[in-house]
Amino acid sequence: MADATIQPAERGEDAHHTSLGLSNEKMGMWSLIGSECLFFGALISTYLIYLDRTADGPGPSEIFDIPFTSVSTFILLMSSLGMVLALAAVQSGDMRRFRVWTLATAGMGSVFLAGQIYEFTFFVEEGFGLTTSAFSSSFFVLTGFHGVHVAVGILMLLGIWAASLTGRLTPSHAGTVESIGLYWHFVDIVWIVLFTVVYLIPAE
Amino acid sequence: MTTTQEQPTTGGSAFRRPKATTGFGSWFTTIDHKKIGILYFATAFLFFSLGGIEALLLRTQLSSPDMAFLTRDQYNQLFTMHGLTMIFFGVMPLGSAAFNYLLPLMIGARDVAFPRLNALSYWVFLFAGIFLYSSVLLGGAPDGGWFAYAPLNVLGGDPLGETLGFASEQSARMMFYSLGLQLAGIASLASAVNFIVTILNMRAPGMTLMRMPVFIWMTLVTSVLMLFAMPVIGVALWQLMFDIGYGANFFNPALGGDPVLWQHMFWLFGHPEVYIIILPAFGIISEVLPVFSRKPLFGYTAIVFSGIAIGFMGWGVWAHHMFAVGLGPVANAAFALSTMFIAVPTGIKIFNWLGTMWGGQIRFRTPMLFAIGMVAMFTIGGLSGVTHAIVPHNYQQTDTYYVVAHFHYVMFGGAVFGLMAGFYYWFPKVKGRMMDERLGKLHFWLMLVGFNLAFGPMHVLGLQGMPRRVATYPDGMGWNLWNLVATVGGYMIALGFLVFVINVLKSRKGGLPAGDDPWDARTLEWSTTSPPPVHNFNEVPVVRTRDDFWNRKYASGDPSRTPLRVPSGGSGEAGADAGDVAHDIHMPDPSYYPLVAAFGMPIMAYGVLFTPILIAVGGVITIAGLFGWALEPSAEEH
Ligand code: HEM
Ligand SMILES: [Cu+2]
Repeated sequence: MADATIQPAERGEDAHHTSLGLSNEKMGMWSLIGSECLFFGALISTYLIYLDRTADGPGPSEIFDIPFTSVSTFILLMSSLGMVLALAAVQSGDMRRFRVWTLATAGMGSVFLAGQIYEFTFFVEEGFGLTTSAFSSSFFVLTGFHGVHVAVGILMLLGIWAASLTGRLTPSHAGTVESIGLYWHFVDIVWIVLFTVVYLIPAE
Repeated sequence: MTTTQEQPTTGGSAFRRPKATTGFGSWFTTIDHKKIGILYFATAFLFFSLGGIEALLLRTQLSSPDMAFLTRDQYNQLFTMHGLTMIFFGVMPLGSAAFNYLLPLMIGARDVAFPRLNALSYWVFLFAGIFLYSSVLLGGAPDGGWFAYAPLNVLGGDPLGETLGFASEQSARMMFYSLGLQLAGIASLASAVNFIVTILNMRAPGMTLMRMPVFIWMTLVTSVLMLFAMPVIGVALWQLMFDIGYGANFFNPALGGDPVLWQHMFWLFGHPEVYIIILPAFGIISEVLPVFSRKPLFGYTAIVFSGIAIGFMGWGVWAHHMFAVGLGPVANAAFALSTMFIAVPTGIKIFNWLGTMWGGQIRFRTPMLFAIGMVAMFTIGGLSGVTHAIVPHNYQQTDTYYVVAHFHYVMFGGAVFGLMAGFYYWFPKVKGRMMDERLGKLHFWLMLVGFNLAFGPMHVLGLQGMPRRVATYPDGMGWNLWNLVATVGGYMIALGFLVFVINVLKSRKGGLPAGDDPWDARTLEWSTTSPPPVHNFNEVPVVRTRDDFWNRKYASGDPSRTPLRVPSGGSGEAGADAGDVAHDIHMPDPSYYPLVAAFGMPIMAYGVLFTPILIAVGGVITIAGLFGWALEPSAEEH
């Protein structure tokens, strides 16, 4: 009786008859990303307003280590490539390769996160913590929230990896992978903006 | 026709999966949008009643000068909780309840786009409310007003982590504010995404955007506003949390922070929020007025586009809440102008509603009375709002009872009257029974008279200089009489709601059978049975015109106007014989993972207040819930 069942609405990619021809999942993800733009917009605005409110604590040019962050930035950007390859794999039905690239992407994200944790502890030891000044508060909260987003992305990647092990995620669910990919690329793009605003611009 | 992907029967699910779609237990696992709508309504109405009781306590305290019924501290907590409850846990979720129940029915869909996300959003909303109210037992409710101006609310500044709890009572109370609203925001965001995708993607064949009912249009605009407004307040609330709980300096001027930043972020959210509250009522009115005037809505396009315009313009006017901050004459003038412009689309709507009634065969049933009441009360609120946009007037009126009068005319007279119109209108669809007309009319008149007695005098009090947010006032200011009248009005409103509750309880089982289409209505939800089956429609309708259902009823000679089959999904071959249809439409199965995932969130919030261990515990529960959700097939093989 399989072909008489209603398409479970949650599996958007299966629901062939959608008004706009896009899958629900992808559209949901785009909406979420629109919302996230305002979230990061508000955080970045706060950061820019407080850029010189250092209250005698360290300012941007005294504290940031650009070479170190450039390396972790590079790793994060490469993870976007991993995501692309994972999607290509699932689309071509190669689930083994999909699992490899999904884990690789999650791994690169984790390296980036580890770098951020290291950087945060280093800053705190240098006397630049959340409570130092309005500037420091806005720095930690801005970059910290980006880190949280990376962590959420890693969890989602592990989720689809696990789902592919249980057989719940099959090549027909490429739409799910694509939506998670959208999120992952978005988080990467936000980091490019943050890296530019936070690390590169004040350095000159 | 596509073939469903074969699903492993118990893929990764550690527990036995819930099956029941009826009975008490099913309410905890349901992902049916109609049941979730009912849950939303019941919960929101409970919170609304709580907010109402708080309002009565406030009014009792203010009924005569030098009252000692409440202490100043209690008064502060009560008006803060009243405002928060009414806005975030009462009126806004009452709107959500209507969206949840009606949205798929009105666009001819079987469900929302993400049924489980829908359940998640309900549970998070419920837990957010419980979390916020638990503050009463744990050291005191928030007392900084609903807009919580920093740094007034960050007094003490000793990080909670250090003092483990409530050494600085004031700041701990505002932590409940920050975290409670944060949770409520997650719920709103989840429903906003869900509704947007549902509206854009799940419409019945032929239902173009310009054939959608106005209620659906307003749902869409409201959802988009939520989608963009919630992250802004979200960021502000996080910043507040870091300031209070962890010693950050966003709003602490001593270390470079800027309290006005809070105000900008708050009102950048707060003004659109006003429209989030009122637009659902606009939508409801636009459905009720045509049906009870037996005329199509006058100026559909104008109503839709003015709704969209309000959605856009709502973002450009936030600083009219901040004239008294001293942003400077240029900023003040700009915001005064933009604020007056936003009155234009609102005015257009009012004229369209009047035009709809003009020359119609009006039937004064209860829904119609509330709809007319809404238009009248909202117009008064809108007019006093325009006077408020004039900067010199504003200096005079701000933080007086004039403002309290204004926003109650808008939020109560507009939103609540509108929601009541919708409730009486759609109750027969939900329960299959009519509400009692006599009690309904009694409710209406008690509410209308009580409302004007309660809030009309506040205009006068405000102009006489009575400030808002004062726990008491001295004798001899000339305020005594009007305050007493306002208090009596408040109790009259409460009486009206008592009648309403009696009516609901009585009509739920004992009302006259309603039939499918008791009002001779125009929109699709009336084309299915009352109450609708789990799958909403046996045959997904095909839409050819605006008001298609109406046209089909009144042009029944036309063979092209019979309902058509669903192109994909829906009833399969076996469904061809009509008696069997319901049997062959399989909706996604119930699930308790949304409940589990939501349950972790308040635990994390308590963790921020008490001990990081709880953050970890809550986090694990939420993540486990989400993983269970992802790994569980959404429908069992049948
Ligand atoms: C029985 C009906 C109601 C009565 C008698 C009532 C009465 C009051 C009173 C006495 C105050 C305190 C004013 C002050 O001290 O400044 C107040 C504040 C407020 N009310 Fe109501 N109210 C009612 C319904 C509503 C509804 C339906 C809403 C919203 C949808 C609402 C939203 C608010 C808000 C936002 C505040 C401001 C709280 C603050 O200053 O932080 N009220 N109301
Ligand atoms: Cu406003």
